[in-house]
Amino acid sequence: MNDRSPPRSRALVSTLPESPAPGSSDGVLAGLRANLFNNVHNSVLTVVILAVSLYAAWHALQWVVIDAVWYAPDAKACKLATGACWAIIGEKYRLILFGTFPYQEQWRCVIVVALIIGMAIASGVRRFWTRWLFYAWLATVALVLCLMLGGVFGLKPTGTYLWGGLPLTLIMSAVTVVLGLPGAILLALGRRSRLPIIKALCVGVIEITRGLPLLVVLFIAAVMLPLFLPPGLSISKFVCAQVAMVVFFAAYAAEIVRGGLQAVHRGQYEAAEAMGLSYAQRMHHIVLPQALRIVIPALVNDIVRAFKNTTFVSILGLFDILGATNVALQDPLWVQFAPEAYLFVFVLYFVFCFSMSRYSHKLEQELSKGRNY
Amino acid sequence: MTALHPSSEPGGDEPVVRLSGVNKWYDSYHALRDINMDVGRAERVVICGPSGSGKSTLIRCINRLEQHQEGSIVVDGIDVCDDVKKIEQIRRDVGMVFQSINLFSHMTVMENLTIGPVCVNKTPRAQAETYAHTLLDRVGLADHAYKYPGQLSGGQQQRVGIVRALMSRPKVLLFDEPTSALDPEMINEVLRVMVEVAEAGMTMIVVTHEMGFARKVADLVVFMDAGRIIEAAPPEEFFENPQNDRTKLFLSQVVSH
Repeated sequence: MNDRSPPRSRALVSTLPESPAPGSSDGVLAGLRANLFNNVHNSVLTVVILAVSLYAAWHALQWVVIDAVWYAPDAKACKLATGACWAIIGEKYRLILFGTFPYQEQWRCVIVVALIIGMAIASGVRRFWTRWLFYAWLATVALVLCLMLGGVFGLKPTGTYLWGGLPLTLIMSAVTVVLGLPGAILLALGRRSRLPIIKALCVGVIEITRGLPLLVVLFIAAVMLPLFLPPGLSISKFVCAQVAMVVFFAAYAAEIVRGGLQAVHRGQYEAAEAMGLSYAQRMHHIVLPQALRIVIPALVNDIVRAFKNTTFVSILGLFDILGATNVALQDPLWVQFAPEAYLFVFVLYFVFCFSMSRYSHKLEQELSKGRNY
Repeated sequence: MTALHPSSEPGGDEPVVRLSGVNKWYDSYHALRDINMDVGRAERVVICGPSGSGKSTLIRCINRLEQHQEGSIVVDGIDVCDDVKKIEQIRRDVGMVFQSINLFSHMTVMENLTIGPVCVNKTPRAQAETYAHTLLDRVGLADHAYKYPGQLSGGQQQRVGIVRALMSRPKVLLFDEPTSALDPEMINEVLRVMVEVAEAGMTMIVVTHEMGFARKVADLVVFMDAGRIIEAAPPEEFFENPQNDRTKLFLSQVVSH
């Protein structure tokens, strides 16, 4: 026998002195030196890029602000200037914002824009997320239609062919979401249905729509929808485009919702079933509230996209903001100031989309943080 | 004890649950083979057996969470079949407690408890809430009515789970391994509630590995293996003098430590 017994195995437990957290930086300057000026190559590169950026920024500033013409009684004053001609916005903003809507009636457009933006902001408040929000949206859409179409309450009739600019963009976006979202939920539920015909129908609608570019869907709607109507009845381009936008949005959002439905734990479905809740009750009370909560960030993303997609309707001859801007630029006196006009449109879109994306980001954080249930 | 008491109707000697010749397949896998079982009023049946033996499948067939392909299952006189109306009727009369608890995570305890009675039985909300408070008090959770499930411990959640199953005053309660997912120190608080429910006269079918509970509460212990009922006997007989070798082996594995 070897009397060197093997060392007794023993768990090693030791306590280390507390050490400071690693990697705390000592200021911006040190960071700059470490990352941008740590050797000759990087230092030269940093200086060159800085110089080019400053040069470009200075020129942009000169064009946008310093040499710009902010007000001019006519286009001639602009022609002499070397900077931007912002006077075109002052001259054409009514056309860009409201399209060819009758000048005297454009106050109705202002109300419509305010209504839709107000409702959109209200929809962001989580406390308002009840079915009443949906009814409020339906009421808003009805009110907006009254204002935009006229012909009631002594308002001058204004057909959809007169609609344009910001109201058109906002109306199309709002209707797309308000009708498209319930559509998406129905399509997603239908796709998971056990009834083969319903399932096949929903899969068909979703896959066909997702397999086509939006432009094609728009053209199909514009060409095909009138064929389904009884002869003598005509359908406006606006309605065609709107139907296409709703279907397109619903098909994409349906897949997002379906993802949410799949993410809800099977036990939740079973517990609801075991209770004797009917299918509608199970979906309404148990499954959808949880599923939609999961996919909200993705849905907001899709809503932003639907908003931007409205620019495509100008291909059918509808004048959304971009289309209306193009109309404004047909004025030979102002045609050369297209960059200024497009920049204005860019800023408009950016303000809307950026607010939505910031909102979505905030919501995402709130929902992941507050997950104590 | 009245709070936990099941609806007491004149029932006669008809079994509340009757399974005759029940067979079930998952594709080609034969999950349940010729199951025959009668559960009488206020009777407590404990089903045990190795994992994969079909015990959960069996009780999930009773409220149609699973479909059987052959044989008949009758719950309180209603045949379990494809008819949605009949299934909903059966589910109203059959409460279920799950291994994974399955409280609705987006609802408070109170909402979890009242949604069944309010939506299914059309009980006025105030009345359902009063009953919920009574039951929560009985299981020692009076202070937790307006919390979310995520704020409760596993044992507390499962006690809410049992209360939720009791809310619609069911004729039968099914327990699908109610303590298997719990930390050891929480098992007893759940078992205590189950014992109390049993003592109040509830008809119960319990799938569990808690042999102490079976000994104490069961009228009948059923042992299943490979989709078959191998042995069924009152607890004294089942534990002291098991007949089948597989039962003996199982008991030696479950009880020995």
